[in-house]
Amino acid sequence: MSATSARPSPAAQPSGSAFILKKALISALVALVLFSLMIGIRTEAGPQGGLIYWTRFGDLAALVGTVFGGSIIVELLRQWWGPVDKDSIVPKPVQSAFSFAGRWLAPALLVFTFLVPVIFYNQRYILDLSILVLTYVMLGWGLNVVVGLAGLLDLGYVAFYAVGAYSYALLATNFGLSFWVCLPLAGILAAFWGVLLGFPVLRLRGDYLAIVTLAFGEIIRLVIINWQSLTGGPNGVSGIPRPTMFGIPLTPGDDGLAAKLGIEFSPTHRLVFLFYLILAMALLTNWVTIRLRRLPIGRAWEALREDEVACRALGINTTTTKLTAFATGAMFGGFAGAFFATRQGFISPESFTFQESALVLAIVVLGGMGSQLGVALAALCMIGGFELFRGLDQYRMLVFGMAMVLLMIWRPRGLVGHRAPTVFLERNQAISSDLVKEGHG
Amino acid sequence: MDYFAQQLINGLVLGSIYGLIAIGYTMVYGIVGMINFAHGDIFMIGGFIALISFLVLVSLGLTAIPLILLIVLLVSMAITALYGWTIERIAYRPLRHSFRLAPMLSAIGMSFVLTNFSQVSQGARVKPVPPIITGGYTLHEGSQGFAVQLSNIQIMVVLATIVVLALFTWLVSRTRLGRDMRACEQDQTMAALLGVDVDRTISMTFVIGAALAAVAGMMYLLYYGLVDFFMGFVAGIKAFTAAVLGGIGSLPGAMLGGLAIGLIETFWSAYFSVEYKDVAAFSILIVVLIFMPTGLLGRPEVEKV
Repeated sequence: MSATSARPSPAAQPSGSAFILKKALISALVALVLFSLMIGIRTEAGPQGGLIYWTRFGDLAALVGTVFGGSIIVELLRQWWGPVDKDSIVPKPVQSAFSFAGRWLAPALLVFTFLVPVIFYNQRYILDLSILVLTYVMLGWGLNVVVGLAGLLDLGYVAFYAVGAYSYALLATNFGLSFWVCLPLAGILAAFWGVLLGFPVLRLRGDYLAIVTLAFGEIIRLVIINWQSLTGGPNGVSGIPRPTMFGIPLTPGDDGLAAKLGIEFSPTHRLVFLFYLILAMALLTNWVTIRLRRLPIGRAWEALREDEVACRALGINTTTTKLTAFATGAMFGGFAGAFFATRQGFISPESFTFQESALVLAIVVLGGMGSQLGVALAALCMIGGFELFRGLDQYRMLVFGMAMVLLMIWRPRGLVGHRAPTVFLERNQAISSDLVKEGHG
Repeated sequence: MDYFAQQLINGLVLGSIYGLIAIGYTMVYGIVGMINFAHGDIFMIGGFIALISFLVLVSLGLTAIPLILLIVLLVSMAITALYGWTIERIAYRPLRHSFRLAPMLSAIGMSFVLTNFSQVSQGARVKPVPPIITGGYTLHEGSQGFAVQLSNIQIMVVLATIVVLALFTWLVSRTRLGRDMRACEQDQTMAALLGVDVDRTISMTFVIGAALAAVAGMMYLLYYGLVDFFMGFVAGIKAFTAAVLGGIGSLPGAMLGGLAIGLIETFWSAYFSVEYKDVAAFSILIVVLIFMPTGLLGRPEVEKV
């Protein structure tokens, strides 16, 4: 095969059908051992409380066969594709087409998003799904401030989402405060918790920071589960009031919006209202982030991301820089949480697990860490992809995990992959990527 | 006092299990410099494989309990080690020279894959096993009818941990592989220049870590008498806490940290509240990192510019 191929294959990688077969056989053997007990034998608690088991050798054989075939296909594709790290030269017209698309993609997407409720007015499912996607876009943009701009790895972002959601839910159900009063309060409370988390982790970097934020997220969730008198524990909070349009409820009653406007009531009105509400909140997040990037504090965040030691040497106060990043990110998480609570009408600790944090972080990283458009596209892909697998219910998280691994291997720097600082020298210097780790000089 | 002694025994047993898992974290962190998020799930897989192989052996007609336990231990260590090897090969090796976040996210993805793989393949319900090793000794008969018990299974867990640790210490300090591992931990490039096969050494690190996690998984199964697909997550975070508490990268530190976390968790449940025992463990992680970022036995990290 290598003899006929026009592309010279590297000497270290042998090819040919014998090699491919050998590799596939080894993969199949490994798969056989791995799956022999886990797939081949199924255990279950029996009726008398003891364990019973039955065999599933057919499934096992099918799976091993799939691994064998799949490994042959992957190897063939790899040889056809050629070496991974070669420079590919993109033709000039394609390049300009890409840059043209890049310039117009964001406005086009924005216009399309504005028109979604008009186009899909009668399709409740699509409206619901777009509200969900926009919620994750907002969460992604919020986390982007912490991870993408300031370079602080946060695995417990869902804690702030939970704080926002529970702040609104408890304030509204206990004191009858309206959504528009609670929204800023939820943001402020979440920001407060962000600062609270920020203080202990100021001295930590990289992986330690990740694990402490993860622990923090778990602590918040466990406290919510166990503090039953306040939060209702695992049963959650129900009967959370729906948002009103500045005091006018979206109900079929006489004082509802539909009656005031003199049009016929439809439940879709509320959906459309929620859609534009989350869109406005997400755009606010985006606008604030873009503006902050041009302020000294935003510049300081990016400097912190690139090199913490140099940052301190230049006299930037890393304490306030980190704390503001945490607080800003947490505030947006709190806003999104309040919106989540009012949309669902019911919240429970189950919505705020580590999986959510990982999902939002995956969106930010796949979006290219710092690119606003990339985060939005990644949220669309992830949540949309998630919905595609809804039919496969129990396989959904399995597929999600595999997709995360494969995407990391394929594009470790994200789908829209660059994180250019806002300010840089005119003459670019080549810096190898392993020199620009987070927080390391 | 009797109550205290009983909790001390329980805490040491739990701590041994955490320590065995923590060694896997600390070894991988020392050599590759990444948190192997999937390690807790490797521990869970080890427990499942021990359960299934035990079930098969019993139904094949074997009756000698020590023989069964030995075979179960070897099978579960071997298969779980292969899981560790495969995961390193698929998810971590392609990302070794990538930027820092990539292997971490890949590991989180792998953790989801393992959790949901065992949920799909073995069902979501908790799998109970009848107590296999029964009996024990009464160490001290208290005045109010409270007796300090030391069960055989507790003795076995501690003994197995000591034996495995002795073997492991010998492996790291006396063999060629152990020397290669220590060399890779200090400087991978230099080790490669001196003829150490870095790829193979890293693979073996994952294999050994997974085998130790399998021992922990089997001990957990015997001690608590149940496994479920979600047990890896919390156990994994606690074992990581143990590794950090002991000083990450330090092998005796991991064991010491494991014992400390086990004791703290047990005493917290005994004297304060069971519900908040995980909160206590996680809070300790945060407190340790604030006041003692290098842990009990760790070396201070030199800031390179």
